[in-house]
Amino acid sequence: MVQSIVSTGVAIGCIYALIGITYNVMFSASRVFSFTAGTLGMLGGVLGSLFIAYMGIPVPIGFLLVLTAGAVFGIITEIVAVRPVLKSLDQHLYVLSTLALALLVQQFTAIKWGTEARPFPRLFDIARGGFDQQFWLPMLACVAVIVGLELLYRYSLVGRAFLAISEDNYAARALGLPERSLRMASFALAGVIGTLAGFTGGEMLLAFFGNAPILTFYGFVPVALGGMGNNRGAVVAGLSLGLFQQAANFLVGGIFASVAVFTVFIVVLLVRPEGLAGAPLQRRV
Amino acid sequence: MDAATKLYQSRANVLGYTSTLGTALPFLVLLLVGIGFPLFGGGYWGVIATRACVYWVLVSGLNLVVGFAGQIAIGWVALLTLGAYTTSVFAAGNATPAFPPYLALTIAAAVGAISGLVIGLPALRLRTFYFAITTLGFATIVTQVALAWQSVTGGGVGVPGPIFPEPFSSQWGFYYFCFGLAAICTWMTANVAASRFGRALTAIRDAEVAAEANGISKPAILVPIFLFSGAVASVAGGLFASLQSYITPDAFTLDLSILFFIAILIGGRGSILGPLLGTILLTVLPELAAPLVAWSTFLYAALLLVIVLAIPGGIAEILDFKNRRPLASGRAIIPRPDLIKELFNQPRNAGSLTLERLAMSFGGVKAIDDLDLEILPGQVHGLIGPNGSGKTTILNVISGYYAQQRGTVRLNGTELAALGRYQRAQMRIARTFQTPRIVGSASVLENVMIGGTIDGQGTFVESLLSLPRHRRDEHILRGTAMLSLTVVGLDRLAPVRADRLQHSELRFIEIARALMLRPAFLLLDEPAAGLTVEEIERLGALLLAIAQAGIGVLVVEHHPDLIFDICHHVTVLNLGKLLAAGTPAQIRSHREVVNAYLGG
Repeated sequence: MVQSIVSTGVAIGCIYALIGITYNVMFSASRVFSFTAGTLGMLGGVLGSLFIAYMGIPVPIGFLLVLTAGAVFGIITEIVAVRPVLKSLDQHLYVLSTLALALLVQQFTAIKWGTEARPFPRLFDIARGGFDQQFWLPMLACVAVIVGLELLYRYSLVGRAFLAISEDNYAARALGLPERSLRMASFALAGVIGTLAGFTGGEMLLAFFGNAPILTFYGFVPVALGGMGNNRGAVVAGLSLGLFQQAANFLVGGIFASVAVFTVFIVVLLVRPEGLAGAPLQRRV
Repeated sequence: MDAATKLYQSRANVLGYTSTLGTALPFLVLLLVGIGFPLFGGGYWGVIATRACVYWVLVSGLNLVVGFAGQIAIGWVALLTLGAYTTSVFAAGNATPAFPPYLALTIAAAVGAISGLVIGLPALRLRTFYFAITTLGFATIVTQVALAWQSVTGGGVGVPGPIFPEPFSSQWGFYYFCFGLAAICTWMTANVAASRFGRALTAIRDAEVAAEANGISKPAILVPIFLFSGAVASVAGGLFASLQSYITPDAFTLDLSILFFIAILIGGRGSILGPLLGTILLTVLPELAAPLVAWSTFLYAALLLVIVLAIPGGIAEILDFKNRRPLASGRAIIPRPDLIKELFNQPRNAGSLTLERLAMSFGGVKAIDDLDLEILPGQVHGLIGPNGSGKTTILNVISGYYAQQRGTVRLNGTELAALGRYQRAQMRIARTFQTPRIVGSASVLENVMIGGTIDGQGTFVESLLSLPRHRRDEHILRGTAMLSLTVVGLDRLAPVRADRLQHSELRFIEIARALMLRPAFLLLDEPAAGLTVEEIERLGALLLAIAQAGIGVLVVEHHPDLIFDICHHVTVLNLGKLLAAGTPAQIRSHREVVNAYLGG
């Protein structure tokens, strides 16, 4: 029993952490939190099921197609919902524009794909049981993304440019960094990470349009608790969230588990609005 | 009250009256259409009309939260759900003896008010997106609880909605019941919008720092708004349950929440009429063609995107014909310093404002280093120095935005609490900002009236119901604001939207707003920046007249001419330290000052 709680909890936690990283990658490049983070997760599942189970495309090609679609959606998000409102960041119009875009995609999926959850195909043809692929796939994806991002940020020029933009946008532009291209690249990267989360977690979450708001919420919890822009914080908080949720699920039942998660989220935020990892105050006057 | 003040009040009232007539007209038309609706429509359209009324009861309250206070509350369907279940469960007697439906609806209003506060409270501490997400979470949780708590809510099977007794049991009877409540909600929220509470909300939305400097405390103003908004949303829930005649958790999807939220944004922030039309539009739109029903939320989302990107002002902006008339070009600001004594007819017996051994550093940078300063009433005190010498930091410490590490600020010998930015207005310390902080969508007069918020006597409930004390407050505030605008020379622009004005005019609006406090001390942060030579001269005369009325004026400035013309005393700072202090004549000939700052 404990084993099942742990494996489900860690796997779900990895998906939440990945959505949290999706939020963070977009945030670092633009100072914008986008409601499309959960939508990307949902698309990973729905498109994966569409390409592989319904259109019969081989798994590796289907996988690449899903990630490409995620990157494209990321770039569209940047062009349609983020770039036009960046000038007036203090008016928080991005909350509305990204919400509108997220809803458009979610509703389109609901109408074209249906409002029922459909099964996601088994990616590897191996027998079910024990430590199953539905558990280790999200974990593997999470580890791969963390290692990949570390390598990117530490050892590549583009990665350092990402860091420069997120540290100080004006200074980076003054140095001649192509801020707009880097922002688009960041959104494409976020798109890949978001759909990867949904794709690898597809078997657990199913191909379901309603995953979008759920992932938008549960994926934001690691960001809020781990501190915005802090990927390590997001992973720790995401894993804790997954384990806590599964344990509460087992102990007090599914619905009160959501209530428990929500209560903890609100209480922690009210006590420490900047998240457990902390962040500096902004200058206002 | 002397004759001149009365004159300004009557002028302001004429302005107020004509605009009231203009703004009331669309509401009267809607009222007549609503009353006469049963004559043309029938059957299904009656249901749609009733639904629009029910939605508006909720949206009217939410409008104060989203449209006026600018809080992104997406999940307000949680309160609709709560109200629907509370009314239905009490009326059906699932858990208690059955209550009469009106009593059940009243209980729902009380439960809704408290829940509105609980859902809203995180807004006081969290950033925009965080708050949006928490309301989204509430919306999900409430539906899940309704599904799980089977013994009371009937779980997935649901519970019958309340039936209101005669004369409201028939279709049209119930329609008139909902329409009546919708009309009352419109009236109440319009009252709030036109009160000091409504203006304070928009100030928090668009110029939070300025709101604080005018003594507007965000918690104090948002608490009654969340209580009210929660109560009406919950009442709407009770009506919704009755209209549906049977409710299950499926009825309360997030789509509904999105509809409410988007209706406000399509209508336009800071308007009552716009969101009202938005609600009607979004309720009716899917009914025009059958295929639209499935696509309705998609359509709403598309509309939201278009509105945000193309017309951020929404329907209200499109309908705002008054502000499309071109303003006179080449208009001059002609202040009337002679009228200041009318504003300050009671002498203020303030002592001096003193800084003692004040020190403050940011990291390793010493912004203020062991500084003593005394600002006397009736004098203009100039604070000059190169960029980064700590001038604005001093202003921010005095007005309570920064906490000094050492030293004290005293008013009349009493120590001022560090970081007490809400209390400075009560102590009659007013200030302006380096970049004018103005509510762009409000009129010039309304912007100035924000300055007098703390002098209102009436409570929120009195404003809600437009009781005499509220009306007296408004009357006095409008008169004082008009006088204040005349003093700074902008009275002719009173009804114009503030974001249509030039930069120099905004600076004078800030001074007019600060004068509303009838301050003992007035702190100005670079008031002459961006002004023409003539405007600077007039500003100088105005500031001198203000000081002559007994007010201590502190001016942070870079224009040496202005400083040397009007100041009684000048302090020169360099790197947070006192470089020199004395009369303008002494400073002008001070060798170090000339070398370091003025130039030879």
